[in-house]
Amino acid sequence: MELLKKYPKLIQWLFLLVVFFFLCFAIDVPETYKFIRVQAEFIKDPNQVSYTMFGTEVRYYPFDNFWRLPPLLGWLPIWVNDFIVFLLEEWMPVEYWNEDTQEFRTQPLILKITRNISAIMTFVIELIREIILGGVETVVTFTSWDWIDANPWAKLPGLPWTIVAAGTAILGYKLSGKGLGIFAGLTMIYVSIFGQWEPSMKTLSFILVATPLSFIFGLILGILAFKSKRVEKFLNPILMVMQTMPQYSVLVPALVLFGNGDHAAVIITMIVAIPPMILLTLLGLRSVPLEVIEAGKMSGCNNYQLMFKVLIPTARRDILIGVNQVIMVCFSMAVIAAYIGAQGLGHYLLVALNQLNIGAALEAGLCISLIAILLDKMSLAWANKQNDYFGNLTFFQRYKNTLFFAGSVIVGVTISYIGSFYLINGFNYLFEIPHNKGISTADFWNKGVDWIFDTFFYSLKIFNTWLIIEVLQPMRALYLRMPAVATLVLIIGAGYIVGGIRSALIVGGLSLFIALSPWWDRALVTTYMATFGVIVSCIIGLIVGTLCFQNKHTTSFMLALCDIFQTFPSFVYLIPVMMLFGITDTSVLIAVVVYATIPAVRYTIEGLKSVPAALHDVASMSGVTKIQRLLKIEFPLAFPHMMLGLNQTIVFALFMVIIGAFIGTEDLGQYILKALSDKKGAGIGLLLGVCVAFIGLIFDNLIRTWVNKRKKHLGID
Amino acid sequence: MTEPVIKCDSVYKIFGAKAQKMLQEANGNVDAKTFQDNGCIVGVNNASFEVSKGEILVVMGLSGSGKSTLLRCISRLTDATAGKIFIEGQDLLSLNNKQLINLRRNKMGMVFQSFALLPHKTVVENIAFPLQIKGIKTQETINKAMDMVKLVGLDGRENYFPRELSGGQQQRVGIARSLAVEPDIWFLDEPFSALDPLIRKEMQDEFLRLQEKLKKTIMFITHDFDEALKLADRIAIMKDGIIEQLDTPANIVLNPATDYVRRFTEEVPREKVLKIEDVMDKISNENLSDFKVSKNSIIGHVAKKILSQEKNVAVVDINNKIVGTVHPSKIINTVFGGKRNNN
Repeated sequence: MELLKKYPKLIQWLFLLVVFFFLCFAIDVPETYKFIRVQAEFIKDPNQVSYTMFGTEVRYYPFDNFWRLPPLLGWLPIWVNDFIVFLLEEWMPVEYWNEDTQEFRTQPLILKITRNISAIMTFVIELIREIILGGVETVVTFTSWDWIDANPWAKLPGLPWTIVAAGTAILGYKLSGKGLGIFAGLTMIYVSIFGQWEPSMKTLSFILVATPLSFIFGLILGILAFKSKRVEKFLNPILMVMQTMPQYSVLVPALVLFGNGDHAAVIITMIVAIPPMILLTLLGLRSVPLEVIEAGKMSGCNNYQLMFKVLIPTARRDILIGVNQVIMVCFSMAVIAAYIGAQGLGHYLLVALNQLNIGAALEAGLCISLIAILLDKMSLAWANKQNDYFGNLTFFQRYKNTLFFAGSVIVGVTISYIGSFYLINGFNYLFEIPHNKGISTADFWNKGVDWIFDTFFYSLKIFNTWLIIEVLQPMRALYLRMPAVATLVLIIGAGYIVGGIRSALIVGGLSLFIALSPWWDRALVTTYMATFGVIVSCIIGLIVGTLCFQNKHTTSFMLALCDIFQTFPSFVYLIPVMMLFGITDTSVLIAVVVYATIPAVRYTIEGLKSVPAALHDVASMSGVTKIQRLLKIEFPLAFPHMMLGLNQTIVFALFMVIIGAFIGTEDLGQYILKALSDKKGAGIGLLLGVCVAFIGLIFDNLIRTWVNKRKKHLGID
Repeated sequence: MTEPVIKCDSVYKIFGAKAQKMLQEANGNVDAKTFQDNGCIVGVNNASFEVSKGEILVVMGLSGSGKSTLLRCISRLTDATAGKIFIEGQDLLSLNNKQLINLRRNKMGMVFQSFALLPHKTVVENIAFPLQIKGIKTQETINKAMDMVKLVGLDGRENYFPRELSGGQQQRVGIARSLAVEPDIWFLDEPFSALDPLIRKEMQDEFLRLQEKLKKTIMFITHDFDEALKLADRIAIMKDGIIEQLDTPANIVLNPATDYVRRFTEEVPREKVLKIEDVMDKISNENLSDFKVSKNSIIGHVAKKILSQEKNVAVVDINNKIVGTVHPSKIINTVFGGKRNNN
């Protein structure tokens, strides 16, 4: 009774659990039920029943409706796909003048638009690429291939790698001093002498287009949403879904709309990178104090000056986090977009992983991570740079960076020119070190992997088998054993208890959508893997975070470590786990755990940090021990913030589970990957993504509602 | 008579969706309670006053009394719901956006309670900001800003960021920024409320020193009655959006118009507020002592000297012309008379 008084909702939860378990035991597993391992849904089987909706035939295995709901939305993916194709191939044909055939032709409007966007993107990417690496495509755009054949001199010569490396180092120095300069230089030299120059520069050219575009669009949309309630209301649901949608699933529609190649990769990267930028811009602008805005107005700012000289600089902390996110997503996508033909490191990484060449994958992955960190630090430094008005500088001091760069250009060109005489038979290493001619450590790593495999084979295998048989299989079986109705009752009930009728309706709607899609079983598997990852991550995160928080140095060290780890593209996490555990579910789950632990640790530390110092003193004066203080004061107060971390942990875990499909899982991710090679996969890929997003949003809604209530209760906001 | 720099004519500010409609129905008779029941909050209720050139008008009131709202109406950071506001004879509410910006760029300066400095700019950049907004060349603005840095005594800290300064120093930056465009009208919204008592006193003296030099037309908002007495030429005391009394400090202390105002004045040491002219008698033909006192001196400053006299003391104006007399007993009465003897 005491307990009930303290936690009035306990009885509701207990009741909910009783109903849930009653349903679970009351509804038997149908004898015909089995988890479908292959894509049997697409095979005609006499046991299937079918119905037709909007001209689409949906076939499925019928079960008791309490056990699994029929896929009443099974027609939707096909329909979406047909719709996209219709838009692209038939809707609103417009006439245009074809130069080559000298006649009017018709082309559907959307196709025309997407082709034009593609052409512009391709041109910009090629231009940057050829400035660094050299080539003829840019010139061809303005002339023709025939003209190039007649004028062999007309091409962009490309920069020797020495110049690019020196330029980067000087830029780093100019932005933030020696440290960054040296780091930038070393990164570039590493990239070059390890033979990753060409793919790295290809990736970089892609990033240098995608990042600024995402930043600008995100900023503009964020500003619009800040200015207009209507825009915000319109954007909000889209942003919510996009935030939780796995990056894989946008690939297929982009492939259909924009075709294969770097330009499509840039567009899809923008689609993924813009939402967090918008959200953080909005958050930053909202948090600008009213008096600062008034001060700006009283200084006589017009609207434009108020926005760009007062609001945005004042909100720059959040906007910079947005930039960081954009860079992170761009590098992440640089790998994932290799599926739709993005060139560069991502491509090499995927190929290497496919061949199980862990060493090569590791090298490519390291390069991506280094460049990602470098770009992140540079953008930060650029935003924090300040002007010096008083320095009485000499001409040399003022222009020393430019002079140094000019010098390095001359030196670089000269030595690569000299190199072209001496290294005439082989390759001009002073101009560019070809991909296969650099120092390669791949063999070393591969041998290391082999050694690990040989030495620890049995212990790893024992651990692996134990985990799969004792933990994962039963857990998975449990999830699949839940009747659909029981699961829905559990989710809706939780929604009702946490947030009343409104939350119940939202989470109910989201879960019903998944239940009526053809992929309920898969969604359960995704959820089981995510749950496992989240639980382990949270335990690790809580312990590590709490331990680190005990000391100021370990705190800042851990936060910095989290920053760096977060900059790694998500795909990179697969490399070491594949080294150790090969191609098993364990690998995926460990990658999930590692990846999802980052936000868990970060938010634990930040949550503990957010506890006001006065309360520490109060606790100390009441004579509590360290453990008591932690349990009675810090955890309860930090809990809401830590729960937001749980939110992030879930999203990260879901992302990684889906990416894990690369290794081979049997969840929604596997289907998304399959949709990539399916001609009619656009609709399927998109809706699979929506399903994953909805799983994330169910948890998001529950956690957020709870946190907000809790915060109000505790009086912290 | 010269035109007042700021003139308010029955200014109302009412928050809420139905504000406009309700105000019309109320017909000039605004009752905060009825408005509140209809979801409207009365910020400023029928404010009419004038501020003439070079005058310091202090608006005093507790939080929620509408004093900041009134200031924001006059600087048009919010639009008044009804009434007219004239700045140097120009109808403020009829200005379009461009004219308003022009007015702010050249005529107005404002200091904020929480300083409202731009966190990404250094001291000198913050001060130069309003000038740069006007489109003046960067080097020129920096030079001008450096003059302001010296004026507020922050030399040597011009390259600090606001986060590296103490509260008092930050507010000096705020003051310098608001003065950078050399405005005629200076708004100060509780500028010293966020500061420690000692720093606050220092800043008040600094403020008076600046005003001595600059002679701006000032509206100064505060919730501190002592501060109001110290700085004001005239004080407006606000409660629930209504100006309860608008008068010189001495008159407010001597003749509080309402009970509300009286509650503030009770604890005030009179000799620190009242001037000789407030207590002097008419010229009489008695024997006067040799010692003469200026009619503008604060009683507390000259009390000792007057008390050492036995006869009436002559009160003179600036031209050394006798305008009245004061007897030592009058001084004793003022200092020790307390609450009973308000007149």
